[in-house]
Amino acid sequence: MPLLNQREFKADPWTFLDTSEPVPSGGDIVVPFERLVSDFKTLMLHDGQLGVAFPNNLPVTELEPYLQRLQLVTLDFPAFTDGRAYSQARELRTHFGFKGELRAAGNLLPDQLGFMQQVGFDYFEIADERFSLDAWLDAATSISLSYQPSFTSRSQMPISTARGLADTSAPDAEDWPEQPHYG
Amino acid sequence: MYRYDEFDARFVAERVSQFRSQTERRLSGELSEDEFKPLRLMNGLYLQLHAYMLRVAIPYGTLSSQQMRALADISEKYDRGYGHFTTRQNMQFNWIALEDTPAILEDLAKVEMHAIQTSGNCIRNVTADHWAGAAADELADPRPVAELIRQWSSLHPEFSFLPRKFKIAVTGAPNDRAAVKFHDIGLRLHLNEHGQRGWEVIAGGGQGRTPMVGVTVRDWLPEAELLGYLEAIIRVYNLFGRRDNKYKARIKILVHETGAEKFRDLVEEEYARKPGSGIEVDARELERIEAYFGGPNFEVLAMVQPEFEQDKLRGREFARWVRANVSAHQMPGYAIANISVKPVGGIPGDATAAQMRTIADIAERFGNDEIRVSHHQNLVLPHVRQSDLHEIWQVLQANGLGTANLGLIGDIISCPGLDYCALATARSIPVSQALSRRFSNPDRQAEIGPLRLNISGCINACGHHHVGHIGILGLEKKGVEFYQITLGGSSATDSAVGGVLGPGFSAEEVPDAIETIVDTYIALRMDKETFLQAYRRVGAGPFKEALYAAA
Amino acid sequence: MSETGKILTANRLNDGLVVFLSAANIWTRHINDAALAQEANAQSALAKRGEDFEAANIVTGAYLVGAERDDGEILPDHIRERIRAAGPSVHPGLLVENPHVSLR
Repeated sequence: MPLLNQREFKADPWTFLDTSEPVPSGGDIVVPFERLVSDFKTLMLHDGQLGVAFPNNLPVTELEPYLQRLQLVTLDFPAFTDGRAYSQARELRTHFGFKGELRAAGNLLPDQLGFMQQVGFDYFEIADERFSLDAWLDAATSISLSYQPSFTSRSQMPISTARGLADTSAPDAEDWPEQPHYG
Repeated sequence: MYRYDEFDARFVAERVSQFRSQTERRLSGELSEDEFKPLRLMNGLYLQLHAYMLRVAIPYGTLSSQQMRALADISEKYDRGYGHFTTRQNMQFNWIALEDTPAILEDLAKVEMHAIQTSGNCIRNVTADHWAGAAADELADPRPVAELIRQWSSLHPEFSFLPRKFKIAVTGAPNDRAAVKFHDIGLRLHLNEHGQRGWEVIAGGGQGRTPMVGVTVRDWLPEAELLGYLEAIIRVYNLFGRRDNKYKARIKILVHETGAEKFRDLVEEEYARKPGSGIEVDARELERIEAYFGGPNFEVLAMVQPEFEQDKLRGREFARWVRANVSAHQMPGYAIANISVKPVGGIPGDATAAQMRTIADIAERFGNDEIRVSHHQNLVLPHVRQSDLHEIWQVLQANGLGTANLGLIGDIISCPGLDYCALATARSIPVSQALSRRFSNPDRQAEIGPLRLNISGCINACGHHHVGHIGILGLEKKGVEFYQITLGGSSATDSAVGGVLGPGFSAEEVPDAIETIVDTYIALRMDKETFLQAYRRVGAGPFKEALYAAA
Repeated sequence: MSETGKILTANRLNDGLVVFLSAANIWTRHINDAALAQEANAQSALAKRGEDFEAANIVTGAYLVGAERDDGEILPDHIRERIRAAGPSVHPGLLVENPHVSLR
């Protein structure tokens, strides 16, 4: 499945393991949250990067004990109308300062991409092959301004910044490291 | 009123192009109906019974003459020459083509209007006291804060796919005209002894199939924290609100099922993590918005206007209109003129293009260029000189807009019902028309006194029947419409949900039933007791007795 | 003599207006021109044609409606469908396509 990041489709370098597949000796792996919890003692020693696929019906506070070890969190959109992962992403980025890769998976559509970038997602698993790269990019860049502070997207300028107001009032945004930008 | 700066204008213009692209992708088949539906709803476009319906946002119910004329133009150019003012201070056009919608949104953008978030599972158009900035009892005009919320909530990246719709109302007056206890979030302004502004935050109110009065989550929230706190509430809702059943997905159900105390804890816990970082209300921004509102330039006038006092003696009809439709203004010599969009036998809230232009002309000439839409589906000229009222009334009279029934039984609130709405179970307009004719006598209406009569054509309660002093709910059984009556509701400061009286009535029986209820009230009222006061004193018993015992 | 059966209705995608599928497989604004399917097989064939037209992005929300044809005039079973066919009962004259559809 192609991965959208920095304006292009890329191959996914991570290996997803389900609850029972054996852990390879190295390489970057993603495991379901339940396995992260049950096998954490082993997984934390894994020789490679570690990621988790986290469901959208649990509070992200449950991820807190593991975040130090995680380089990737995948959040789920079981249906594009189910917007819980937008809040989860925002909480991971702002409350817990998660700086790794934040990936959106599930039922993604081009017209939601802009919102996802604003709340902190930077990688997108594109399961739906109907849409061209241009369709994704055009939809995501159709609005160049935003009334809200934006965390990973440069394609949308916060209007408060444009008005010369919110230069400083967003400490979290300032702390925010340069993410691989999309816009 | 607020005027856009270059960024507001660019944002709306880009939103129009975005919708043009989305519409093209739908028409070409690139987007399926299921995928397109949330996108068009977030631009106020529904598919109704007869055609697409476009709901245009009128933020906090404030319009300029130019904007009203643009609505009139749209109704003629793209619709059938009329529009409908809704119970959420918006305007709906009933006969819209999908392929015309981008052009309509372009026309709206030219006058700083849009249809953003008038539908969909997102934060809806913010409503406010329709007398904001004018009412004599007001602490402060709540509209700058409403505008702040409008901007903050526009295309909110986190809150565009909520479990269900989310409505916010604000008031700056102690007398609640914005129904703040019946919104997902209601905000009420308070001033402390130092004159500082704080907001009472009420959450979890609503109507629909499970009407609930909202609970106060915070008594006093400093204004600077407002957006951060709203964000905390809506984040808790987005994460924990039910998504398994659309009828249990509103925040009121979350508050109810979680319990008010626990819900408050969840919000405070979330808020303590400082979700508001980056969105503290910047005092400079609020000042900028206030400045962009500009104020009406009031003249210094005497408290008593002899000309106006003379006018009232000139004829009974004008005096009656003044009594029913004119309200006290905060400035001496000024008045609030309420325009009833409820002529006898008319369709509540419907206005023709000609009527819209008439009102635009009057507002330009006499009313500081400002018009309001009330959630009672009426219009308001918030700032007029008392001495101009007679002339205003004459123009209104000549255009079918001079009905003197504000807040009386003829001022019926009604949703479009089954005549237009795809969700409705029964018609509501014909019932309201029959009732309006039955109680057409203005002397009788005055004798009955303040009475809110609300009609909804289905359980979703867009006609706000739960909060009508008398509420009528249209239902359907085996293809036949019937109507249930509730008594004792109120959306004002004394908020309450009405109780169902008993078995329903056919459409033909409704006027007699309502007349029986009214007659019962008149027979039992004491002194100057209003219908609601009398009902609260005696309960449903005498009304039930009168309606059902004889049968 | 009256016949009962089902007709296929939808809203046109481009303008949203109410349409009915005719025997000639053409969408019409006139309910009396609708094809009335009496047999179960004919009804499911009609429904299938609706799905095809939806897939082709010509109409949206196609569904079958119970109706009766009497002397060339088609009357849907349900009040909702009568209002869809005739236009709002409170705005006589707004829809001239089917002035004679009864709302009773």
